Amino acid sequence: MMAPTLHKPRIGFFDFTGCEGCQLTVLNLEDEFLELLELVEIVEFREVMSGGCERLDIAFVEGSICTPGEAERLRAIRAKATTLVALGACADTAGVNALGHFRDLRELRREIYGGEHPPALTDIPRPLNAIVTVDHRLPGCPIDGREFLAVLQALLLGRPPQLPTFSVCVECKLAELSCAFERDQVCLGPVTRAGCDALCLAAGDRCRGCRGVIDNPRSGPYYRILAEHGLTEEDILEEFRTFNVPGRGGHR
Amino acid sequence: MKIEIPSLARIEGHARLVVDATNGELKECRLEVFESPRFFEGLLKGRHYRDVAPIIARICGVCSNSHTLVSLAATERALGVEISEQTRNLRRLLAYGEILQSHLLQLYFMAVPDFLGVNSIFPLAKSRRELVLRALRLKKLANDICHLVGGRPVHPVTPCVGGFSALPTAQDLLELRRRLVTAVPDLEATVALFATFEFPAFERETEYVSLGADDGYPLLSQTLVSSDGVRAVAADYKGVIEEYLVPHSSAKFARMTRETYAVGPLARLKTGFDKLSPMARKVAAALGLAADTVNPYLNLLARLVEVVHCFEEAIHRIDDILVAGLKQPAIAVPDGGGQGAAAIEAPRGTLFHAYRYDERGCIAEADCVIPTAQNLANIEADLRALVPALFDLSREELTRRLEMLVRAYDPCISCSTHLLRVDVV
Repeated sequence: MMAPTLHKPRIGFFDFTGCEGCQLTVLNLEDEFLELLELVEIVEFREVMSGGCERLDIAFVEGSICTPGEAERLRAIRAKATTLVALGACADTAGVNALGHFRDLRELRREIYGGEHPPALTDIPRPLNAIVTVDHRLPGCPIDGREFLAVLQALLLGRPPQLPTFSVCVECKLAELSCAFERDQVCLGPVTRAGCDALCLAAGDRCRGCRGVIDNPRSGPYYRILAEHGLTEEDILEEFRTFNVPGRGGHR
Repeated sequence: MKIEIPSLARIEGHARLVVDATNGELKECRLEVFESPRFFEGLLKGRHYRDVAPIIARICGVCSNSHTLVSLAATERALGVEISEQTRNLRRLLAYGEILQSHLLQLYFMAVPDFLGVNSIFPLAKSRRELVLRALRLKKLANDICHLVGGRPVHPVTPCVGGFSALPTAQDLLELRRRLVTAVPDLEATVALFATFEFPAFERETEYVSLGADDGYPLLSQTLVSSDGVRAVAADYKGVIEEYLVPHSSAKFARMTRETYAVGPLARLKTGFDKLSPMARKVAAALGLAADTVNPYLNLLARLVEVVHCFEEAIHRIDDILVAGLKQPAIAVPDGGGQGAAAIEAPRGTLFHAYRYDERGCIAEADCVIPTAQNLANIEADLRALVPALFDLSREELTRRLEMLVRAYDPCISCSTHLLRVDVV
């Protein structure tokens, strides 16, 4: 939580290994952009800005940490920021990057670089909280722009931001969308954190779980749904392996 | 004099520029790409065709739609899936939306600050409010095209193998068309703004590569052409493009006929100058661009010409879709595997994907060649040619010119490092 300040709150955007789609989602808030600039001072944002800053109130950090150099840079950001927010799945749970956990890195390098040494030493991608203390998180791949504004607003008012504690399934039902299971698709909606308005289901797709698992998923009923549709544990694990590498994402 | 820009700003991704010149002699000039490779094959191997495009889109936030579209096309060729004319038109519309949002972001947010002496667009919100409002209006419209067709601007959700899982309504498309038409004054003001900018004089001719102009301005043609006379089937790109490693980069470099080549707006303009929309052709003439332009800084103006072209073409695609009448066609995907490749003109240049699927419809092998990786060697060659002519400038001005040159290519480092050759046996 931020203490009240006399100057405009200074915020910055930082990126590590990822696609920069979450920062782009912030830049895509065209309707709110000018108001945002009235309320805060953007003091660092390498993708669209030259120069850096010494101190800042809130650092929004996108991407996973893959090298000792990245870890060092993240620690420096942590040291100069009062509040640090993980921006998006790669920063929050290591997202799709975490799939490297299943493969031997040396073998991967050989496949890709044809036996030659890769130029950069890379570790297994890790979420930010494997390296530093993360104060708040914005889940999703990419983040939801409205949720970004809600978290920023809460921080500016000195209130802890709250993420929904219920599942995507609830939002899907409220929108009266047809159940993906009825279309014979495996859906992670029953155990995935809400906040996206079941966007993928509304688009005729299924939930791939990009926002991470809710705090207390009711796995019993979920297993029953899976069994009713003839799905195995392996089917569901395969689904989880897109954005939620089991036992790794979101935890140290 | 040694210049090191440790982390280039106002580009997508992480790169470092090192220039070492002593006694008027250029010793070193490297564009170091130090972004960590993400080994995307780890995600693709064994994945079902339904998951391939949604995963591969995560390579890059700025060009997630291009990755999605080319991925779907490669999968459809591999599996023998036919797509409808409506799907083709909607995909073109989505591609225009992405080129527009990417180009407008680059022009207004990344490039304009260089010419107006500011470090970002943010301070202009006070001093040049009308400029910022216009940038936001145009960018929002571009994103709304992607939103309407793809379900979301970054990492689209409706495009799927065989077509779309959800369609926009005719009413939404009509409203979008109306807004595209009313954007013309904003486009004119943008052209007027860029016409006042002075670009550094620098010419270095290179090999220019793009998809062919056989079905209009380069976008989705199945032929690959170069200014040095290469003519190839785009799906057979591996036969004409040679990728290679350099010690200072985690992205692969590429060559074709010469040691370096360029892809992107200027290369496309050379291939497709005669296929530009009427309004775009007028803008090209007004900005002094021609098919023989070889100043890489002018990629910026070529980008602006493409913005105008995409606005006009987007209107035509909407008309095509509405005249034929919107319908949700049935999608049929035959069982079994196969292999296929496809190419698209992404905002930064030609993007190739090739897949081999096993009998279960799961990925056995994947390969992608990324626009920025193809441009890296050419950017370095430009820098090597440029630096000796600039020795008299102050360190600050020299640094500014070099940064501007790199920025003119709008490099996408996330892309160039995040997907590399995969040969999974």
